[in-house]
Amino acid sequence: MSHHLVVRVVSKLLIPYILLFGLYVQFHGDFGPGGGFQAGVIFASAFILYALVHGLNNARKVLPDHWVRIGVALGLIIYAGTGVISLFLGRNFLDYDVLSQNPVSGQHLGIFAVEFGVGLTVASVMVAIFFAFAGRGHKIDEMEG
Amino acid sequence: MEWPGLYNYWIAIFLMMAGLYIVIAQQNLIKKMVGLSVFQASVFILYITMGKVTGGTAPIIIPGDDVLYSNPLPHVLILTAIVVGVATLALGLAIIVRIYEAYGSIEEDDIEKEEENAR
Amino acid sequence: MVLTVFLIVKLHNLFAVVMISGIYSLLAATFFVVVDAVDVAFTEAAVGAGVSTVLMLGALSLTTRTEKTGTRKPFVPLVVVLLTGGALVYGTLDMPVYGDPNAPIHQHVAPVYLEEGIKETGVPNVVTVVLASYRSYDTMGEVTVIFTAGIAVMALLAVGAGGRRRRKDGEDKA
Repeated sequence: MSHHLVVRVVSKLLIPYILLFGLYVQFHGDFGPGGGFQAGVIFASAFILYALVHGLNNARKVLPDHWVRIGVALGLIIYAGTGVISLFLGRNFLDYDVLSQNPVSGQHLGIFAVEFGVGLTVASVMVAIFFAFAGRGHKIDEMEG
Repeated sequence: MEWPGLYNYWIAIFLMMAGLYIVIAQQNLIKKMVGLSVFQASVFILYITMGKVTGGTAPIIIPGDDVLYSNPLPHVLILTAIVVGVATLALGLAIIVRIYEAYGSIEEDDIEKEEENAR
Repeated sequence: MVLTVFLIVKLHNLFAVVMISGIYSLLAATFFVVVDAVDVAFTEAAVGAGVSTVLMLGALSLTTRTEKTGTRKPFVPLVVVLLTGGALVYGTLDMPVYGDPNAPIHQHVAPVYLEEGIKETGVPNVVTVVLASYRSYDTMGEVTVIFTAGIAVMALLAVGAGGRRRRKDGEDKA
């Protein structure tokens, strides 16, 4: 797609803002609409846009496959690990009250950690699925030109 | 009975049946997947409209105000269901791609014919 | 939305069908905003209209673009669908009307979440509170489902034609 100058320039302009918006949705999800699921999808869509415009091989250079696979697992580990930490601190699994000095801020911290785990897994899985589909075909690779 | 009354359920049922019709009557596997997502969206609509309270607002607490909020519980259920839905959709599409590579077609009767020939 | 569904049934060009299903998702998202489900609308717009359309286009590029015109008779499915729909409509006659604040769904746990949520966690978005705190077991299950689906897609598609390099990586590790 190298001859599509407008698309390339505009996507280069947009991708940082999509990433920034994804982070905003992730970490502002406590106060407004948003959260890990939406943020993960938005974050992944930035990489998918990059892969569509600049070709799959370049996208794989930016975000190598093994990183994606680590992200898929790490998100779930963060989620379950939050539960295990509260288990070790003497409460029930995923009971966030003990994560901080007082229960309210403990809950807030727990929600934050769990949402981060969700966002990481969702983003990595979406990127992984897209890479798997695109890596199999030849038509998307041809677009690199 | 005032408008909208029960119409929200009927719209959800119409969309659901349209999705079911696509799944039953169409032969193309990708179209079946589209039908499944139509069906899925109709279930989402059913849940979300059940959570609506007349005069209510989105369930984000405004401190110190006496505001009526819609029911947040269906929102939570559907929020996760949407993302799980796209994950399962991707799985279905991946299986379709493998079927296409094995049989050279994504039409049900073509696949059945090949199965017959192979037997 | 009704119109888009008719188009999905009628069209034979799969590319158009996928695009219209994206429009259908976007319409559903606007509808969710109208009924106060802002979080859900956000997700539907990002997922339904964005990612799943891209995935379907990816699948189309790996298979075919047009559908054979159907040879199956639409009569039997139509009867089945009408019967099921009729039964469901009959079932809704006992349901509470739209927006009724006294409906059973609003009586049990939702008021507790709305009142206690912000006191117990300090997070004003009740959907986030229920998602990540009160119902965090559920959400962990959902994340596991997504994780599994991602692994399964990788297992199905990353081997064979496009995955020779990756299989070599696996051998190196083993």
